Amino acid sequence: MSAPVFDVAIIGGGTAGCAAALALRQRGMSVVLLEKGACGAMASGTNFGGVRRQGRDFREMPLATRSRALWDRLPAVVGEDCEFRATGHIKLARDEAEMAELERYAREARDHGLELSVVGGNAVRALYPWLGPKVAGASLCADDGQANPRLVAPAYARAARAAGAEIREFAKVESARWTGSLFEVDAGPASARARRLVNVAGLWGGEVAGWFGEGVPIRPLCPNMVVTEPLPYFIDRSIGVCGGNVYARQVERGNVIFGGGRGWGDAQAGLSRPRADVARDAMARALEILPQLRDARIIRTWTGFDGEMPDEIPVIGPSLSTPGLVHAFGFSGHGFQLGPAMGEILAELVADGRTPSPVEPFSIGRFASAPPAPRLT
Amino acid sequence: MAEPRVVVVGAGPAGMRACAALAEAGLRPVLVDEAARPGGRIYQQPPDGAGRPARELYGLEAAKATRIHALAPALAGRIDHRAETLAWNCFADALDLLGPGGPSRVEFDALVLATGATDLALPFPGWTLPGVYALGGAQIALKAQGCAIGRRVAFLGAGPLLPLVACQYLEAGVAVAAVLDATPFLAKLRGLPRMLSAPATLAKGMLYVARLRRAGVPMFFDVRRPRVEGRGRVERLRFEAGGVEREVACDALGASFGLRSETQLADLAGCRFEFDPRTRQHVPARDAAGRSSRRHVYVAGDGAGIGGADAAELAGERAALALLEDLGLSFDANRAAWLEGSLARLDVFRRGLEAAYPFPEHMVRDLDDATMLCRCEGIAAGALREAAIAKDAGEVNRAKAFTRVGMGRCQGRMCGRAAAEVLAMARGEALGQAGRLRAQPPVKPIPMLPGLLS
Repeated sequence: MSAPVFDVAIIGGGTAGCAAALALRQRGMSVVLLEKGACGAMASGTNFGGVRRQGRDFREMPLATRSRALWDRLPAVVGEDCEFRATGHIKLARDEAEMAELERYAREARDHGLELSVVGGNAVRALYPWLGPKVAGASLCADDGQANPRLVAPAYARAARAAGAEIREFAKVESARWTGSLFEVDAGPASARARRLVNVAGLWGGEVAGWFGEGVPIRPLCPNMVVTEPLPYFIDRSIGVCGGNVYARQVERGNVIFGGGRGWGDAQAGLSRPRADVARDAMARALEILPQLRDARIIRTWTGFDGEMPDEIPVIGPSLSTPGLVHAFGFSGHGFQLGPAMGEILAELVADGRTPSPVEPFSIGRFASAPPAPRLT
Repeated sequence: MAEPRVVVVGAGPAGMRACAALAEAGLRPVLVDEAARPGGRIYQQPPDGAGRPARELYGLEAAKATRIHALAPALAGRIDHRAETLAWNCFADALDLLGPGGPSRVEFDALVLATGATDLALPFPGWTLPGVYALGGAQIALKAQGCAIGRRVAFLGAGPLLPLVACQYLEAGVAVAAVLDATPFLAKLRGLPRMLSAPATLAKGMLYVARLRRAGVPMFFDVRRPRVEGRGRVERLRFEAGGVEREVACDALGASFGLRSETQLADLAGCRFEFDPRTRQHVPARDAAGRSSRRHVYVAGDGAGIGGADAAELAGERAALALLEDLGLSFDANRAAWLEGSLARLDVFRRGLEAAYPFPEHMVRDLDDATMLCRCEGIAAGALREAAIAKDAGEVNRAKAFTRVGMGRCQGRMCGRAAAEVLAMARGEALGQAGRLRAQPPVKPIPMLPGLLS
């Protein structure tokens, strides 16, 4: 007796993959998901936890808006809120040029359905007395927020499993091919065959695309993250800055999480480490905007692997080389918010061959002349 | 060849002996230690000027303590001792340090990690009440600070530290309310044959017990279901012994259940770990000389597995000789062989000791869901069990991600072992499966500002 042929195989157990597994099961398709480690342990689980539309490339805005609605529905969809809080997100300007940038973005954002409120000078201090004197202005997106990244992908994975998806963790995919009638996915004892294949392998997505002759210039991105001991709650917004060299939020428990700069990563070896010098720079920048952190203690630093594209927007959409293959990877450090919507969009692309969300700008075709991404462990 | 840059972390018995051997060979090791003065935790020195005699501070171990302390002046000028300095990160071939002068980084060609151990804490009702200390903490209060943790103190434990600390308190004039051994008396007999391999050490242990008996201190074995009660602080300890519910009035409790190795730097250095069923923990894999899996990184003493202070001295020197050999320098091969032989002999005694004080699994089995397991984050045992079962967290890092167990100030140094025990038992799996909390820098909390002064 031969092994069953699944309707869909998914490579990658991040939020997008796990959400897609759930959405596909809800459409009645049989699903197997292969994840090399534990679900949500890579970029989905080690990121900052920002759930933000403000500041995005406007081409991502329709996807982000769709996703934002799903964040509110997490308890109904996956059984828990994953500590999602619509705290609002403020983006800070630290000089006049940055202030002009905030105002320009806010004007353009209105055309994309995003209402931002930009305030400067004294109004900033009245609204956010905890911000440092270097802050010249702030742009608020009131319904942006934050969530606990460690919880989201695993919650989707549990929901997908409960809905009948086969989630195979610690199942590293070594290769995959299209036989002309189905996909064969080699993962040792976890190997699977399926009629459709979804590539949501994050940084490793480039290698998967390469198996199908589609080269992409993806590079590792290791955000350098820092967290303090719990402090009395005082930062009631998620915070970013123009240029993005520091970002911060405070969780209800009291810890202040901030990041900035890049950690060290050896994608070939699968090893990543936060960098002490980069963390120190982030501390200096965090203190400029949040002087109350002066006496805080750092209890942990970390990083992890995401995949970054040269134009800093992801690859989303059907393969141009292989029928039945759909890609979604290379979220370039801002995929967390998009995860829930990606599940639905991928399910639509797989089941219907199209999605109402505009994904054309993210086609893998924009890298048509790129060489295949290198093999990673 | 340029002078190799050698760093030793830890100024306890292992680190000091390693430094002595390295200096003897003409190297000038950097010695990094958190304390102001050498000795480690076992031979911790009082602050300068406290001036109490060694005999009073270290009892029967005074001569050994004095010898370790005396190494510091003997090595002056031949080692670069960075006192009051925390090694908070190890990355590639460098350690990130934080000392009195601020942050710094020290690069190494070879590294000896002699990072020692802490008490193994296990949760039980009331263990977070003010007045409950680890046995080691109670001992350090006495020997380094010259103060007792209470006026009427009870002791609870599952290791050789239990009679020792109780005896030290007794001799310091503190009322010892009771000594409660969480392991059965019969286990002592089971450990006896192997412990006879070191009769002098065994005799010392028996002497402590005899002193406690002579002083009329109530002693109980196979103590179950301990719980501390009191309004705002320790007032009494309830427990079961021999099937009888008992109560002891006390204003402080020293309690811990063995030792756990401090392995974070070895982890950050990239050493491979393996599960040691004897001490029920993951330790850096090492050969008999102390070579870790990472080239030119050595582990010695209780930080590499629990062996005690005497073994630590030998292991520190042995690791230093291995380091010299691996750097192509001359070393005394006969001495190295003698050290390994001595370590093997001490290990026989250690195995007897482990048999005499088996891990009290009943503490994990009897732990109720409501009792707090992770103090820093306030996570109860029940939340961990729920993550282990309902959320299928198969190992402690996954449980940490789901529940915040081990995610607070101590980074799991205090609760990580208990978390592994609870998780494994809840899942009905072998303890080794529960894994170990991966180290993440900083090893201990570091302030924001000193990092910015450089």
